[in-house]
Amino acid sequence: MKNTFSSKLFSHIVLILASLMFLLPVWVIVASSTHSPETIVNNGLQFFTGHNFINTYKSILFENSGYTKNVTAFRMILNSFIMAMGFAVGKVIISSMAAYAIVYFRFKLATFLFWLIFLTLLLPIQVRIVPSFEVLADLHLLNSYTGLIIPLIASATGTFFFRQYFKSVPEELLEAAKMDGANSWHFFIDILMPLSKTMSAALFIVMFIVGWNQYLWPIMMTTDPQYSTILLGIKEIYQSNFEGTYLPEFNRAFAMTTLALIIPVLMVLFFQRLFVKGLVDGDK
Amino acid sequence: MKKVQFNNKFIPYLFVSPQIIIILVFFIWPSIMAIYYSFVMQDAFGVSTQFVWFQNYKDALLNSDYYSSFGFTLIFSTLVTFFSLGTGLFLAHKTNSMIKSRGIYRTLLMWPYALAPAVVGLMASFFFNQSHGDVYHFLNQLGWKFDPTSDPFSAQAMLVFIASWKQVSVNFIFFLSGLQGIPKSVLEASFIDCKSNSKRFWTIIFPLLAPTTFFLFITNITYSFFDTFGMIDTTTRGTPMGETKTLAYKIYQDGFLGADIGGSSAQSVILMLFVLIITIFQFKYLEKKVHY
Repeated sequence: MKNTFSSKLFSHIVLILASLMFLLPVWVIVASSTHSPETIVNNGLQFFTGHNFINTYKSILFENSGYTKNVTAFRMILNSFIMAMGFAVGKVIISSMAAYAIVYFRFKLATFLFWLIFLTLLLPIQVRIVPSFEVLADLHLLNSYTGLIIPLIASATGTFFFRQYFKSVPEELLEAAKMDGANSWHFFIDILMPLSKTMSAALFIVMFIVGWNQYLWPIMMTTDPQYSTILLGIKEIYQSNFEGTYLPEFNRAFAMTTLALIIPVLMVLFFQRLFVKGLVDGDK
Repeated sequence: MKKVQFNNKFIPYLFVSPQIIIILVFFIWPSIMAIYYSFVMQDAFGVSTQFVWFQNYKDALLNSDYYSSFGFTLIFSTLVTFFSLGTGLFLAHKTNSMIKSRGIYRTLLMWPYALAPAVVGLMASFFFNQSHGDVYHFLNQLGWKFDPTSDPFSAQAMLVFIASWKQVSVNFIFFLSGLQGIPKSVLEASFIDCKSNSKRFWTIIFPLLAPTTFFLFITNITYSFFDTFGMIDTTTRGTPMGETKTLAYKIYQDGFLGADIGGSSAQSVILMLFVLIITIFQFKYLEKKVHY
């Protein structure tokens, strides 16, 4: 009895320490964002929150900043949101459609097209970076939401996710629907997709986070700060803090960091079950 | 595939076409271009182009920079995979042994998934910074002359640490759901057969997790190769002298920033072959196995 008690206690201590190891660094950044720049420069990072919260956040959200002084953090968050939303919704739509064709139809090129989709797994953006940029430039898609979103949604993960799920849907469903005279379009829209609501939501949540956290693609794609995402915004503000000669405004950099991480973190916390489902079921 | 299917010659193409068109335009075409560029040499203005066979590959492969980047990528990905897999498994096992507090620890340990590698890198750039960073001063007080801007080992150690830190949550989530999927009857039988906790873990539970471990192994390797890009770009950017450049980061620097299209494309093609190999490997071993 004593043995299990002490081993339980040990497990608790380990897990609490591990939790703190992840929580603490992020917390001190968040807490320090509510202090004045002087406090941070003179006394370092702060564990407790300060009194500068409203000032700092109001000014970064609504006043123009950055190198060019013509974009607000609000605008950058909006851009990140549009990109993440477009990416996640687009991914759910095109990958459910493609998976539907592959699972529910018998057609000549099915295998070939499946392998073509599969091939995207072999071609992460890092290995085709220069030509991808050229294609976007040729199509006049640099500095546009279309260019930020569309190229990213074609990768295979979502299609595999839906393919796996559609295969687990009972055969009788289609037989019954056919008996009732449903055509392929009605079956997809009125029967299969409503049935896949949970799966779609799960994939949506994972993809929203993946989309929000995109970094390399927006760096290549955007030169106009009006299309800058919040991740690019914080990179710039950190750089100017480290390289600048004035009093570094780390409070602003930390506030931007807080804004950049708060939305995806809240999504994971609120939709925990769906999120785990989307992650674990999808990648198998 | 389904036994009952629709028989229509035209409609399935309609359904796959959006994805296929995007793939052709934004994946296949750029990749073909990358392969083409890897065989030609352009002058500085892009006016004349000359077919040079494997010259770009020779230049890339015979360059000591490439080897140091290759070596770093290999060691980096091995260490990151080892540390983050190990920590993830350990924490998942501990969490799974809890009854009442399991849900709380699960939440406390999985949320870092939501942090972007670039955000982690930026936070680290502060913590490990000479003039303000707490971790920097702490490490120096311990007696380690830690300085990521001038000492390659410090910079590499820092990257291994933050890249592992970021990746623990993914491994944790997968291992925990794997552990929870192991049937109760198997666990009960194992309790009867084997009294020692650690022996039970290594001889019964860990082998049952093998497919998950294998899947995560591949995931972690690709993460270290590609997704750490944002982390490197926000911390060392390859400094002190190129010792912290992964292969993917080198392609970006040479091709996108340095405008060495041929050399960067040759490196891209080599990396594509590498991903091809691990993907084949993955599918050969993965498809048939059962996940718990």
